[in-house]
Amino acid sequence: MTVELLWWEGCPSHPEALAELERILREEGVPADVTRVEIEDDEQARRERFPGSPTIRIDGRDIVPPGEGEPYSLTCRVYRRRDGRISPVPDPEDVRDAVRRAA
Amino acid sequence: MIGIGDQAPEFELQDTDGELQAWETPAVVIFTCNHCPYALAWHDRLMQVARDYVDVHFYAINPNDAERYPRDSFEAMRERVRRDEGWPMPYMHDLTQEVARAYGAKTTPDVFVVDSGGALRYRGAPDADYEDEAQNASWLREALDAMLAGEEIERPETDPVGCSVKWRR
Repeated sequence: MTVELLWWEGCPSHPEALAELERILREEGVPADVTRVEIEDDEQARRERFPGSPTIRIDGRDIVPPGEGEPYSLTCRVYRRRDGRISPVPDPEDVRDAVRRAA
Repeated sequence: MIGIGDQAPEFELQDTDGELQAWETPAVVIFTCNHCPYALAWHDRLMQVARDYVDVHFYAINPNDAERYPRDSFEAMRERVRRDEGWPMPYMHDLTQEVARAYGAKTTPDVFVVDSGGALRYRGAPDADYEDEAQNASWLREALDAMLAGEEIERPETDPVGCSVKWRR
C-alpha cells in the first residue's frame, strides 16, 4: 500500500492530518510509511492534481475525492466531519475506511 | 503592523451591499474569507459575538487575492452573505490589501479588538479550538468584556490560527 500526504505550508493542518493518519495506520496494523509531498507552487499543484492541503492518497486515490471541477491550487481543503462540522482535516473515520478498503 | 496599545489603522471599505463602511469604535476587526476551513469553522461563533455585543462595531474583511482565489471574489462574498440571509456585520473586500498589511493580519481568521479611543486591545484567535463550538469565541468575549468594563485584558494576545492571508504577487 502506498500512502501519501500532500501538503502546503500556507495551511497549518498537515501536522494534525499526519498524526491522525499515522495513528489510524498503526491501529489498523498497516505497516505503510507515509510519503510526505510538499506542494510549493501553483504549477506543481496542477501537475500533482492537488486540490488543497492536506490531501491524503492511498494507492494514488484521494481518500475524500474532491468535487468535479475543483481547481488545483495552493489552498486549504475544506472537509466535512461526519457530524456535519467543517474541518481543515478529514474525518478520522473516513481515513480509517479508506485504509481498510486498501488493505 | 500594530501592537497592543497602538492606534489601530482606520479604514473605509465597500461592503457587499456596495456601501462604504465608515470607521467607528469600539470595534472588532475580523480578517476572514470564504475558502478557508478555519474561517468557516469559527464563522458561526463570530457571528454570534457580533449579535451579542450590539454596542461594538464589527467589521469582517476579506483580504485575499481574489485573482488566485476566485472563491474570495467580491461576487462570491456577496453570494455568501445573500445565501446566509445577511450577516450581523459588514463583509468587505480589501482589494488592495492595504488594510490587512496595516494591521499585520496573518491568517483567516485573525481578530483585532479596538477600544473607543482607537487603541488595539486584543489580537489573535477567537478561542482555543476551532473544532469545539462550546469554546464560544471565549478569548474574544473575555477581551470585549474586560474592555467594555474598563478593565485590563488578561490575555491581550494569542496566536492567530488559520490559513495564511493570500497576498497578491
